[in-house]
Amino acid sequence: MADTISFKEYFDALLEGKLLGLKCSDCGAYTCPPKAVCDSCGSRNVERAELSGKGRITTFTTTYIAPVGYDKEVPYTVAMVELEEGPWIVGRLEIENADEIGQDLIGEEVVVEGKEFPTEMFYPDKKKRVVPVFRLEKA
Amino acid sequence: MEKRDVAVLGVGQTKFGYHPDKSLVDLFAEAFYEAFNESNIELKDIQAIYYGNFVGEMTDGSANLSGFISDEIGLRGIPARRYEAACASSSVAFREAYLAVAHGIYDCVAVGGSERLYNAGTAIGTRALATAVDGLHEMTAGLTFPGVFALAARLYSKKYEIPMEKLHEKMALVSIKNHKYGAMNPKAQFYNKFGDLKVEDVLNSKVICSPLTLFDCCPMTDGGSAVIIASVDFAEDVIDNPVYVLGTGQSGAGGLFRQREDMVRAIPRKIAAEMAYKEAKLTPKDIDFVEIHDCFTIAEIIASEAMGFFEYGKGADAVEEGETWVEGSIPINPDGGLIGKGHPVGATGTSQIYAVVKQLRNEFKYNQIKDAEIGMTDTLGGDFGTLVNIILGIHRR
Ligand SMILES: [Zn+2]
Repeated sequence: MADTISFKEYFDALLEGKLLGLKCSDCGAYTCPPKAVCDSCGSRNVERAELSGKGRITTFTTTYIAPVGYDKEVPYTVAMVELEEGPWIVGRLEIENADEIGQDLIGEEVVVEGKEFPTEMFYPDKKKRVVPVFRLEKA
Repeated sequence: MEKRDVAVLGVGQTKFGYHPDKSLVDLFAEAFYEAFNESNIELKDIQAIYYGNFVGEMTDGSANLSGFISDEIGLRGIPARRYEAACASSSVAFREAYLAVAHGIYDCVAVGGSERLYNAGTAIGTRALATAVDGLHEMTAGLTFPGVFALAARLYSKKYEIPMEKLHEKMALVSIKNHKYGAMNPKAQFYNKFGDLKVEDVLNSKVICSPLTLFDCCPMTDGGSAVIIASVDFAEDVIDNPVYVLGTGQSGAGGLFRQREDMVRAIPRKIAAEMAYKEAKLTPKDIDFVEIHDCFTIAEIIASEAMGFFEYGKGADAVEEGETWVEGSIPINPDGGLIGKGHPVGATGTSQIYAVVKQLRNEFKYNQIKDAEIGMTDTLGGDFGTLVNIILGIHRR
């Protein structure tokens, strides 16, 4: 009943290759990243679950102008992925030619893993910044 | 409880652009006194201040601004509060002020906002704006504001099966339109600039977050705006051209990853707009013109659909067909919008109200919409996190 997963636990697990989330005992939906309630029905009757980490790209953008704290990383590609279990997550796609491929990247299968980056002044975790990185399955 | 009708007494707006020598307080004061001077009231008539500011902490090292604001404009000691809802800060402030007057808590209050993002520089400004995305799960990937709308543009292209290159050409028309109108607006950041852009100029400008280029984006802006509102009984005693608040709505959502593909349908906006239409007893067809939150070209297109002016997936065609231009069926952003006029975040919402009120009073010196009786504003805070819609008109509901 009302399992909770802290952001530290979520990102530490991601670094070890595990994607954590919640499974709703009422409606069966998955919530990832975890939050206080089921993202689909609002129930607090949720239990921790490990997701497959597999999904498909739904949209992406390559960023050329970055905020202070991220400027050494440009250009970088931010993508959204729809996981097999339903939830969408935001992360990075570490390929050089995302813009050349364009819309054809949408729908491509990926696997998510965690990668550590330097944190920055305003980021909530003052020790490290863990980024979900998407690896293309067919690459 | 029965609500009282509420009217706008006066509106003010600073020149938008670069103000290295004016503080957040100065910018608010300048706009406030313009609004005050046309309100035909005394300072002591103002009972409270509702002030919008997004990132004073990061741009000016200043939070807790409301007390300084009230003191500096000569209203020492009255209740003042700051509202933060990203780009919708002063629209939330306006709605809260409206509700307070409508429910009889106050008879006359001042609303407004100020922001200094241009002065902060691009790197800090971009980081400051990014504080409106999910601080952990979106920020960790370095998602920025142009990034949010770039994600939305690609999803829109996919969902409605409009090739990205084709969609971008239609998006470019939003930039061309809003820059054309902004170039006519003496208070706009780009007054007399970029009034004659071509599609290629937009497509070939510097890529910020692919596919969005510089001309798809609104600029970083310093500026202030203010509005004085009162109960109808109070208003009709002091001025002879009140503009009435007919309806307001507000809704919200979590991060983009929670909204999933609904992001291109802007569901919170649909909810907020329907709330405003219901209160005003109006439909989208009754609206003569609208000030929409065009922080990016694609944002205006998505908004025009969610507010009910066009079907989902048809907003991009509507720009191309001229529907949203001043001569069209529903003119959008005749003052230049955020793209042409500028976007001093905390001041944007009440500057939209400034533009609507000026139109309704027939005081627009350019792009006056003929016989306009009902206008609407639309302000978006964050990645569809806060949505506010306000309907104003020259006749009581
Ligand atoms: Zn559930």
